[in-house]
Amino acid sequence: MRRTPRDRLLLALRYLFLGACAVVMVYPFAYMVSTSLKSRTYVLSDPTRLWPDEPTLDNYRQVLTAEHFPRYALNSAMVSVASTVAIVLLSSMMAYAFSRLRFPGRRILFALIVVGLTIPTMMLIIPQFLLARDLHLLNSLPGLVPFYVGTALAFNTFLLSGFFEQIPRELDEAMMIDGAGAWRRYWNLAMPLAKPALGTVVIFSFLGTWDEYAWAVTVLNDTDKRTLPIAIALFQGQHSTSWGLVFAASIIALVPVIAIYLTFQRYFVAGLTTGAVKS
Amino acid sequence: MTVTSQTPSAAVRAAAEGWRRASSSRARRTALAGWLFVLPGFAVYGLVMLYPAVQTVLLSLQDWTIVPGQESPWVGLANYAEALQDPVFLRSLVNAAAYTAFTVPLQVVIGLFLAVLLDGYLPGRVLFRVLFYLPVVSSWVVVSLLFRYIFASDDSLANSVVVNLLHLSGSNVAWFQHRWTAMLAIALLGTWKGIGWSMLIFLAALTAVPVELKEAAALDGAGAVRRFRYVSLPAIRSALSVVFILLFIGGFNVFISVQLMTGGGPSNATQVPLTYMYQQAFDFLDFSYGSAVSFILTGTVLALSALQYWWTRRREAL
Repeated sequence: MRRTPRDRLLLALRYLFLGACAVVMVYPFAYMVSTSLKSRTYVLSDPTRLWPDEPTLDNYRQVLTAEHFPRYALNSAMVSVASTVAIVLLSSMMAYAFSRLRFPGRRILFALIVVGLTIPTMMLIIPQFLLARDLHLLNSLPGLVPFYVGTALAFNTFLLSGFFEQIPRELDEAMMIDGAGAWRRYWNLAMPLAKPALGTVVIFSFLGTWDEYAWAVTVLNDTDKRTLPIAIALFQGQHSTSWGLVFAASIIALVPVIAIYLTFQRYFVAGLTTGAVKS
Repeated sequence: MTVTSQTPSAAVRAAAEGWRRASSSRARRTALAGWLFVLPGFAVYGLVMLYPAVQTVLLSLQDWTIVPGQESPWVGLANYAEALQDPVFLRSLVNAAAYTAFTVPLQVVIGLFLAVLLDGYLPGRVLFRVLFYLPVVSSWVVVSLLFRYIFASDDSLANSVVVNLLHLSGSNVAWFQHRWTAMLAIALLGTWKGIGWSMLIFLAALTAVPVELKEAAALDGAGAVRRFRYVSLPAIRSALSVVFILLFIGGFNVFISVQLMTGGGPSNATQVPLTYMYQQAFDFLDFSYGSAVSFILTGTVLALSALQYWWTRRREAL
């Protein structure tokens, strides 16, 4: 296309608006980073000045050497990884069955999965708490996993079955003629072809469990069992004036999230378009 | 099966019978495989989601006692009757409605605006997309604490912007001391965190519009506004209604930000249904009343969103 002066003006206006919005969106993060680099005495000085006079990594050093902090990071990592693995495996198996295998009760079970899409997880926190108590899963890190998995399955099964539906059936039939059973068709055919969708499931599951707060803070009691979000929220309660410490801890928790997001940001678009805009 | 209807020879009939048996045993194997594939996942799902969903209703009809083994009497709709006369619960609904009324239109309008600006040829659009989406991937706990700090003290960032930069107020505002200023801070966080999400969905829908269509409209002399109105808008209509409904549900289910920014205070002024439910259940151990609160919330919100869905569908059909 040829660019007229009018086009160029339009482009400049677009950049202007986008730039202004970007500043507003990013400013709170910049403010957080700046606060985390200030020593305690400087925290409450002029709030609009972003770059601190004497930037220091003291807050980060304090957080990383704090008694339990590495423990909390490890707790979060273990729970997230275990939940993510289970979510990917279980939801893809269900999705494969719903989209490729005929079995009695298929429609009803799928309808029950769709029902789960409409139930906000927080609504269930009371009966889930009683269930965890009855199963002796309160105050236990591995005990978080079944709850994280169960609440994530509906969305991910729905997303993946939509994706499996798009794989040509002829490929399945060709493998069937070669004598491949359901497991081999699922594992060697459907799963490799579904990599982009599985990437979305991995990312959303990992981030969802890494950041999860409400359930973990409700069921965990012991200090050494806390996950990162609990630790950060409590950190603020204990050191209400040391915002620098709180934000240093927050940024440490944010780093893996942002790294994953930046590396896989294409999958985010894919996940949203297959999951949410399915009309 | 059509083979058997043609008075076939014995050999053909035997072959057909063999094929039928083989295929029915294959169908049985497939059915068994189907069950085995679904069973592990569905067991977890049923236990953690479906069973508690039923439990919520049952709990809300009882006067639940925490002591194990002790009988919990059935009280019918007493918890619901109490909730509907509970001023704090009603206030929490009003707060959530106000939060939704503030955050949803802003997220839709700004998200759509940004998506339109990012749609089409623009060097650096990926950078903008990433920046706008950062708040969405950040954890609620972190951004809630961040906004609490931004609004918290006398010489906070919010006060220096409102007093010194914009001159909206002559003196510092104690944001979290008053109901509506506190709700405003919470709603600003909700808007800021959610814009990138609606933007990304709109952008995906806009990208699906064929470029040829836009160019053809441009050649026909349609200006930017008319191109948007007649080419882009129809393409994103279904995305628009999905975003609207999901944000509506999300707005009424606001929880962590309120919990961490005000805790529902001062003296219950900023309670929303979920913080109130949480307080009833886990501070006062009134599990039945909490269940009733959460069922009223979910029931109302789902009914309203079904209504919205039906309404948009009907309008599209016209």
